[in-house]
Amino acid sequence: MGFEAVIGLEVHAQLKTDSKIFCACPTAFGMRANSNTCPVCTGQPGVLPVLNRKVVDFALKAALATESTIRRESIFARKNYFYPDLPKGYQISQYELPIAEGGFIEIDTKEGRKRINLTRIHMEEDAGKLLHEAEFEQSHFSLVDFNRTAVPLLEIVSEPEIRSPEEGGAYLRMLRDILVYLDICDGNMEEGSFRCDANVSVRPRGQSTFGTKTELKNMNSFRNVEKALEYEIGRQIRVIDEGGEVIQETRLWDVAADKTVSMRTKEEAHDYRYFPDPDLVPLEIDEGWIGKIRESIPELPLAKRDRFQREYSIPAYDSEILCQSRALADFFEAAVAMHGNAKAISNLLMTEVLRELNRDRVDITETKLTPAHIAGIVKATDDGVISGKIGKEIFQIVYQTGDDPVKIIEEKGLRQVSDEAAIEKIAQKVIDDHPGEAMTYREGKKGVLGFFVGQVMKGTKGKANPALVNEILKKLLEP
Amino acid sequence: MGRTMELHHLTLEDLAAYLRRKEVTSREVTEHYLSRIHTHDEEIHSYVTVLHDEAIRRADEMDAALLRGEVRGPRHGVPIGLKDIFCTGGILTTCGSRILSNFVPPYDSTVYRKLADAGTVLLGKQNMDEFAMGSSTETSHFGATKNPWDRGRIPGGSSGGSAAAVAAGLCPAAVGTDTGGSIRQPASLCGAVGMKPTYGRVSRFGMIAFASSLDQAGPITKTVKDAAILLEAISGYDPKDSTSVDVGVPPYREWCGRELTGTRVGIPKEYFVGGIQPEVDREVKRAIAALERLGCEIVEVSLPHTDYALACYYIVAPAEASSNLARYDGVRYGYRSEGHSDLIGMYRQTRADGFGVEVKRRIMLGTYALSAGYYDAFYGKALRVRTLIKRDFLEAFNAVDVLVTPTSPTTAFRLGEKTEDPLTMYLSDVFTIPTNLAGLPGISLPCGRDEENLPVGVQIIGKHFREEDLIMVASALESVLGAFGVAGESGAREES
Repeated sequence: MGFEAVIGLEVHAQLKTDSKIFCACPTAFGMRANSNTCPVCTGQPGVLPVLNRKVVDFALKAALATESTIRRESIFARKNYFYPDLPKGYQISQYELPIAEGGFIEIDTKEGRKRINLTRIHMEEDAGKLLHEAEFEQSHFSLVDFNRTAVPLLEIVSEPEIRSPEEGGAYLRMLRDILVYLDICDGNMEEGSFRCDANVSVRPRGQSTFGTKTELKNMNSFRNVEKALEYEIGRQIRVIDEGGEVIQETRLWDVAADKTVSMRTKEEAHDYRYFPDPDLVPLEIDEGWIGKIRESIPELPLAKRDRFQREYSIPAYDSEILCQSRALADFFEAAVAMHGNAKAISNLLMTEVLRELNRDRVDITETKLTPAHIAGIVKATDDGVISGKIGKEIFQIVYQTGDDPVKIIEEKGLRQVSDEAAIEKIAQKVIDDHPGEAMTYREGKKGVLGFFVGQVMKGTKGKANPALVNEILKKLLEP
Repeated sequence: MGRTMELHHLTLEDLAAYLRRKEVTSREVTEHYLSRIHTHDEEIHSYVTVLHDEAIRRADEMDAALLRGEVRGPRHGVPIGLKDIFCTGGILTTCGSRILSNFVPPYDSTVYRKLADAGTVLLGKQNMDEFAMGSSTETSHFGATKNPWDRGRIPGGSSGGSAAAVAAGLCPAAVGTDTGGSIRQPASLCGAVGMKPTYGRVSRFGMIAFASSLDQAGPITKTVKDAAILLEAISGYDPKDSTSVDVGVPPYREWCGRELTGTRVGIPKEYFVGGIQPEVDREVKRAIAALERLGCEIVEVSLPHTDYALACYYIVAPAEASSNLARYDGVRYGYRSEGHSDLIGMYRQTRADGFGVEVKRRIMLGTYALSAGYYDAFYGKALRVRTLIKRDFLEAFNAVDVLVTPTSPTTAFRLGEKTEDPLTMYLSDVFTIPTNLAGLPGISLPCGRDEENLPVGVQIIGKHFREEDLIMVASALESVLGAFGVAGESGAREES
């Protein structure tokens, strides 16, 4: 019997506002413990929350970018539970009337483009951090850092319409790309600014009702989400195949063991006693506010990918990679505007440039590179001024120094040799020096030509025009 | 010396006038009150914290400012008391609870800030029912407050410390809070004037929350005009409180002494049925007759959902309280019990030891009302009833300008009389609770005495943000009924 997986993902995205959601404390990371706190975010007696308008702006951006329906009146609710990182004993969240519902995200799958519907998007506050690891592991106490308390979060919940770990990964990456494009979240799973929990169940293919689901937590990378989903789907199918029943529970992904382990069962689940927060008035959003935010929505990743393929005739793979970052996509377009060979520019960006960016863990805007540099290198190659190999060397120099590639070519004398007589002279000498290889070639083993090309290039310090070298060698070697 | 002997009989208005005319200094007034507190409060027990040195230092500052010609308005240099529910930076704020028995706030409530800006001198923090949950000030962790008119009786609650202090001449005026009657009922039982403004009129920032959708701060004073003077100081929009409303603050004092001719006074028939002490019924009706003589048009009205108000309140208020009081967990501030071995044990023991029985009862009630599967039947239904109660009032206000009712069904009862019977205790607020549920302003002023010479209060309820109507009607009524004055040593009325 074939099984089908049913997956819904719940993402918590930390918003890049300067201040917290209900007080004016800064949201900056890496500060001394409890330095970004005040009476409000540490839950002192008598304090009251005041909503940060920017958080609503950001939520509206996410809602509009996902074609969600925005509620004209939404409500903040209290989610009640005790934990030392939760200073008020409740989290201010949205429950019955969230700011947005019913949007969707489109992903590309093996079967083509697929729409994953969103249940809801809502705003809430983050909790603090407990320190009871590392140097505190042996102590009999835990320490609490409230710097992260009340940092704004968006919770984005998908419908259970994801059918495989790959689709889950594609959905998450697309959602991350959208939020990063909107400049409202930095999308870093490892650092926890973009977190994902998953609801997973399996059912016999063709069945319309859902199987019993488990909730997966603690997956802190895109790869881990895919691996955890893969494992959990397999585990559930195994349980059913062995005649057992999947039980509703929360399971943690254990990175070290590469498996999910049970954390708590349904019986141990909290009753959060949600109710509307009487300290906050209903949030009213008018057409003017929505209109203003709508104007600020940039071209989104998927639309940009489609346009790149169409407009620049580059493969889907290229456009997907180029559009992962708005800065890289903008950079690409600026370079193509200066020199029209889009595919060659794309190749250089996807290989040489991205390798450096990934190694240095920087964004393209943080380097010395300009679109003119890349356009210049590709143009010099296209014009036959330099070879592709020299182009890569020049790129390294440009990346390190920020110097103009044309200037580097001239100063270092890297201009490609296209003087036929000069090349022919070197080629003839190479053939004369290697009579055995020449014989081999003439006996029909044409593969040896590469050896001669290499030797000629070596003789010209790589500056010879490779096409010309090929042509001349063939002519000289022919009997 | 004879002059200072009488200082505690002066109203806030008169004291301020003497201060401005430099006939008396803020220090003299403050020392007089501190000395009275020293002498009398051991028995009355209206204060949790008395600010001896700080108050005198502050009075000296106000005197110096006055000499420089810097007068901060009609409250300059006047000492006042504050219910111990308002956060006062650097000054112990207990909320009447063991769990906050060592809590010194790192910030000021807006009410305290505004009172300080208005030039008042804080005498101390006044006793109250624990977390404002009670109608007798007997649930305070620090012991009960006694009614100055009969020290065997309760002063009402939860702002019982403030009302008793005003009645006993231990402060000229005070600010309390009212969630279901906690200003008006003790004012009524102590012969003082107490006003709960419209929800949203006074900032709740820094006022320790009991039930957030009902809590509101207001003055407790000797006279209606004093209430108006104090209300002006604490009212107004506060960006730190999202539920405070940006409506201008009128000069309330100017509504004192106006003619009432043509004012339409509604008498809700549901407030004059069984369960009222006969003398209360008699004195309130006497006040209504006085209003008629003052030119008011008396109209019988109906508030049909009144019967459900108490039940509705005892779902909504405990539900909010159960969540508001979750922060008292021993982790960051306040009392933490010792000897626990794990987190849950620490939570349990801290809250078991830190909260009193009434607070625990309401946390249990509220937690239950919000539980999965019960929410709709309890909290959801209570919210719908609340809407109906509010609608009753709005409809009544189509026909009348104000409503007049008894403040409390009885006069002050005996200490311990109702502590074992919470339901009877809850009935003490049956006439004040609907006003909170509807968010309306209400004032209580003394209107007579019962056979035991205990004060009876009459309540006037007004439209949203029409506190001036209440001041106008209450002031006119007070002019014919007379203010109650200060209780003497024996509890008998002391002539001023």
